[in-house]
Formats: sequence, C-alpha cells, structure tokens
Amino acid sequence: MSPASDITRGPARGITRATLLKDLRLEWRSKDAINSMLFFSLLVVVVFSFSFDPVAEESRHIAGGLIWVAFLFASVVALNQTWARELRNQVLDAYRVSPAPANSLFLAKAIGNFIFVSVLEVLMTPLFIAFYRLRALGPAWQLLVVGVLGTWALVVNGTFFAAMSIRTRSREIMLPLLLFPISIPAILAMVQATTAILTDENSARFWIVLLVTYDLVFTTSCLLLFETVLNAE
Amino acid sequence: MKRAFPVLSILTAILLSYALYQALVVAPTEQTMGDVQRIFYYHVPSAWTAFFLFFINFVASIQYLARANSKTDRLASYLAVGIGVVVFAAAFFIPLPEGMRPSAVGTTGLLATGLYLLVRSLFSQADTDVLALVTAEVGVAFCLIVLVTGPIWARPVWGIWWAPGDIRLTSTLVLWLIYVSYLVLRRFSASGQTPILAAALAVLGALCVPFVYLSIWFFRTQHPQPVMGGSGSIDPRMMHALLINWLAFMCFAFLVCWSRYRLEKLRREVDEVHALESLKDVSRSAR
Amino acid sequence: MTETAPVITVSNLIKQFGRFAALRGVSADFAGGKLYAILGDNGAGKTTLLRTLAGLNQPSSGQITILGTSNFHDICQQVGYMAHPSLLYDEMSGMENLAYFAQLYGIAEGSRCADIIRAVGLDPELSRPVGQYSQGMRQRMSLARALLHDPKILLLDEPFSNVDIHSAGDMVRLLGGTRDQGKTIFVVTHQAALLEGTADEFVWMEAGKIIGRTRSFKPPEPVA
Repeated sequence: MSPASDITRGPARGITRATLLKDLRLEWRSKDAINSMLFFSLLVVVVFSFSFDPVAEESRHIAGGLIWVAFLFASVVALNQTWARELRNQVLDAYRVSPAPANSLFLAKAIGNFIFVSVLEVLMTPLFIAFYRLRALGPAWQLLVVGVLGTWALVVNGTFFAAMSIRTRSREIMLPLLLFPISIPAILAMVQATTAILTDENSARFWIVLLVTYDLVFTTSCLLLFETVLNAE
Repeated sequence: MKRAFPVLSILTAILLSYALYQALVVAPTEQTMGDVQRIFYYHVPSAWTAFFLFFINFVASIQYLARANSKTDRLASYLAVGIGVVVFAAAFFIPLPEGMRPSAVGTTGLLATGLYLLVRSLFSQADTDVLALVTAEVGVAFCLIVLVTGPIWARPVWGIWWAPGDIRLTSTLVLWLIYVSYLVLRRFSASGQTPILAAALAVLGALCVPFVYLSIWFFRTQHPQPVMGGSGSIDPRMMHALLINWLAFMCFAFLVCWSRYRLEKLRREVDEVHALESLKDVSRSAR
Repeated sequence: MTETAPVITVSNLIKQFGRFAALRGVSADFAGGKLYAILGDNGAGKTTLLRTLAGLNQPSSGQITILGTSNFHDICQQVGYMAHPSLLYDEMSGMENLAYFAQLYGIAEGSRCADIIRAVGLDPELSRPVGQYSQGMRQRMSLARALLHDPKILLLDEPFSNVDIHSAGDMVRLLGGTRDQGKTIFVVTHQAALLEGTADEFVWMEAGKIIGRTRSFKPPEPVA
C-alpha cells in the first residue's frame, strides 16, 4: 500500500554509506571538526618542538610517542564533534524512530572519524618529519600498517565512548576519561611499533599482531553493545 | 540474617588481628630485603582481592546486559558453561607456560563458570547493577592499597619508586584507571541510563585486561628491569602468613561490600518510594 | 456511526524520570482514521506520551499496543514522528535532508521527496540550508520529514508553534486531508482553536493523566 511498506528493514550497507556521505557533506560545509583538529595538532607539534629539541638519533626514539600522543589528542576533538552534530535539533531521534539498524549508524560514524583522523595524520606527518628530521631505519611500509590499525583502534572505541559521553553531564571532558584508560594497550602498541620501525632495533611484528587482535575484539564488542547504548535513556 | 552481620564483623576483626600478628611476628624476616618485605602481606592479598572483585563486576555487568531478554540470557549462560569446560579441557592438552599447573588453570576456569551461575541464581537482573557498582567501588579501594604499598616497597628494594616496565605494578595501575573511569561515568550520567552505560563500559574494560597484560609483558622484555626476588623457594611460614592475610582481606572486603550493598539497596528503595508518591499526589493546586 | 477497531491501545502507562512521574497511569483506546488534538498545560505529560508512543521512551510500566504489536521495530515504518526541535540538519537543504531520511526508510523512488515537499507548500528546488529557513518553513519541512514514508500513524508535537496564522491554516487543511486518507493523527498543541472543526476529538491531559475526551473544543467537566 504505502510505497515503503514492502521494505521493513532498509539494506544496512546502503544506510551506512548514506550516513557516511551525509556526515562528510556536513563536515565539508561546516568544517567544525577538521579546522579545530588541524589547528590543535599544529599547536601540539610546535609546542613539542620547543619542549624537546633532540638530535636525529634521539628523535627516532621519542618520535613514536610524540606523534601518537598528538594524534590521540587531536582525534578527541574530532570524536566529540561526531555526536554533537546529531544532537543539534535532536536529529538522533529521527534516526531512532526510523527502521534503520543502529549498527549502520555506528559503522558510518566510525568510518567517518577514521577518514577525518587519517586526513589529519597525512597532513601532520610531514611536519613531524621536518621538525624532528626523521628517517626510518626499518621497513617504512610497516608504518602505514601501524597507522591504519592504530587509527582504527582509537576511532572505534572513541566513537563508542563519545556516544556514551554525550549522555553525561560535562560531555566534552568525559570522552578522554573513558577512552584513554581502555586505549592504553593500543597506544603502547602503536608507540612501540613506530619506535621499533624508526630505529630498526627490534621487530614490530608482535605489536602489529596485538593491534589486529585489539581491533577485532573491540570492533566486535562495540557493534554488539551499540544498540543498547543508543537506546538507553 | 540481621545477626549474621555483627557476628561476621567480629570474626573478621579477630581474623585481621591474627593475620597482623602472623605478618609482623610469626613470619621470618626476609634475608636480603629485611623488614620492608613484610608489606607484601598486605600488598599481595589486596591485589588478589581487588582482582576478584573486578571479576565479579565483570560477571555482574554481563548479566545486567544479557538478562534484559531471555534469549541473550540463555546464550550467555551457555557461553559461561562452555568457556569453563573448554578452559578446563584445554588446560590439560595445550602446553602451558612454565610455572602454570594444568590443574590450577582448569580449576580456575570451572570456578569462573561457577561464580557466573552463583551470581545468576543469587541476584535479580536489577540487583546485578548494584552488585557491579559495589564491587567496583571496593575493588578500586583495594587496588589503591596495592598501588600505594607497591612503591613504598620498591623504593628501598629497587632504589626507585616506580618501574614502568614492571608488569604487575603497571597493569594494576591501568586496571585501576579503567575502574576509576567506570566510577566517574556512573557519577556523571543521568540516573536512568547509568546502569546500561556502566555495564557496557565494564564489559569493554574487562576485555581490555588481557591486552594490558600482554602489551606490558612484551614492553618489559625490551626494557631493562629491576631484579625481582622471584626465584628461590618461599618459607612455608611466609606462605602461611600470606594466605591468612588473604583470607582476612577477603572477609573484610565481603563485609564492606555487603554493607555498601545494603546501603545502595536502601537508597534505591527510598527513590522508589519517592517515585510512587509522585505518582499518587496529583497536584491539587492545579488551576 | 460504527467505531473502527482501535489502532492504538494504551493501558495504565506510567513513565518516571528518576523521582518525577511524567505519566501517571494513562489508559486509552484510539480508533483509526481520526485526528486527535492532545491539550494540556506545560508539564501535563503530552510530549512524554507522544515520545513513548513513538518508541523513544521506554515505559516504566504499562503497555502500548500499536497496530496489534508492542514491538516498535515492527511498526516504525508505520509511524511518523515530528518533534518540537526540527530533527533536520541545519547545514543541508530541505531536499538533501529528505533524501537522506528516505534512504533510512528504504524509499527508492526519487520523486517522493519532491512530491512531499510540494505537498507541505515548499519549493523542492530551494537550495538554502534548513538553518536559514524561517521558523514556519522549518516546521513545514519537519512535517514533510514525518510524512515522508507515508505512515499510518502521525505523532506531531507542536506543529504550529511560531507559524503564522495563514500557514497554520494550510497545515491544518493538509492534516485534515491526510486524516481523510485513513491516517490516524495525534497533534500536541497549545493552539487548539486552530484545530476546531478539523479534529475529531480533543484529549485533555493534566498532571500525567488523561482527564477527559471531548468532541468539541470545550474543557471536560471537572471531576468532583
């Protein structure tokens, strides 16, 4: 009878794509997240370069830590923005009353954040290389693997905890409080893997395997728990 | 039930004093470390107690989420039993790292399943949330004791307050951070949704523990670390004092949890009465 | 006149927010194909009732049956909800907004969005972002979003607030026409006079309860 009554649940993948494209379009128009992220990370790089002025040999040992801490802080800025967008005019309610599955929303948000943070990393990495005169002694292609896995680890948990923290008082400050403790193993892995590749003193294989497992475990459990968290009132 | 509480309190007090006597007087002085080693009789039992409480928190949180509908509840129960059996069987077939006895690992697996079923039979779904809250609070307190006594011991023995590469101290610190963030979330979220959000965080936090342990374990192997007095046999009197202290601490923790549990239940009952009253008194002043 | 079978049955519905009870035992049957105006002071529980019917709030106790089921997942295709905030993205145009929501409902036809925008009296070609719309236009677009998937039941929260008399009259005529197609419509409003002559029934709420239902816009007799 009604044009849509034959479809009870929309195809999940199409909804994920539509939501992702919608988010990218919104971000392209408002540039809320990317501008503040970029400026923030630039500040971090500059402040770090004053705080630590290492020779090339030392910088290989500390750069992994510096880079990932900068990315971590910057991604918190982006993650806080994701759900703020849905809260304005309570658009999230419109999603909740629709037949679209909750996990499509989660995946779209996580992929969107992954894209934002990756863009930022791509832009910031040259700065780090210039400021700290970096050159990898180990296999540099592994840095790409570590970057992708590490970013996903930050973003998947971050999207989940951001959805939680928007429901609390003191929203913005809540996200790092929830996200950082659980991310410690992932951060340790990213930093150690990056250092291992830069210095070529030992292999990064263990850390990459750890990151893959971490990503798998937390992506699965976030997907299992997200609908409950979205509908909690 | 009402009399059980004071009786248990007295028993715990006696046990704690006896344990203190054991730790300070009966247990022999350690040869290299001296008297400072006696702090271990508080450090280690606190840690074991905290880990135990966090595990109960994990079980209670899973049940709070799973028992919301009967299908997931059944699934979770089967999983709990399945995991127990698989761990028990696997302990005897898979080669374990040195120092782990298959029987000990297998029993731990079965005990975990037993604990799950015990909690499921003793607590209603709503009460598992109270249980999770209480065990997290008390667990964080015990964990803090571990974190304070650790450096006090480390300073004279290792010469440093903190060893970032030490797996036990560092993973305990991360564990403590995770559960503090759990308590912060509980405090700052709106009352109606707190249980669900907190339970979700508790489950993710518990899943994180193996990763914490693994990552720090591997981190340690790449870094110079202080020498531990690990190898060598332990004096049976020391072991005895340690176990007595653990027993005393577990009793103490149980006592604190129990009274906190009753307090929280009372608080919720008061809330419920208030809510009922607001249902009844239709505002007569209207218009 | 024969009464149709109720499409919505609410029995002893209670909704508490912490210590505050927003709904204190609402029981009612609502027949299909009618337009109900829900009236009452601020804090009477009108919005909470609407949100609970839409599945956004879980009832603390009591039961809701919509189109024969209590599972919201099964009927969300049949329910349209318009809230007090616009539920639209301010940075996108009306057409872009509706195109996104159409995908959530699995609506394939491209013309549906333009048709519905025309139906509420707006121009689908308008490229301005919704954030720059006037309040009245935003309300119409919000109504278009609720009507988009052609639901059998419409839940509208204050559709006429800040809308000028003329446009509100248009919206009322649109709602009347929609009702005549067999839809069931609930309108929470403070401007009930607008609905006189269109609404089939006025439902009066006070302090979380339904205190009376009248055919015309007259408050029910106070219960002694």
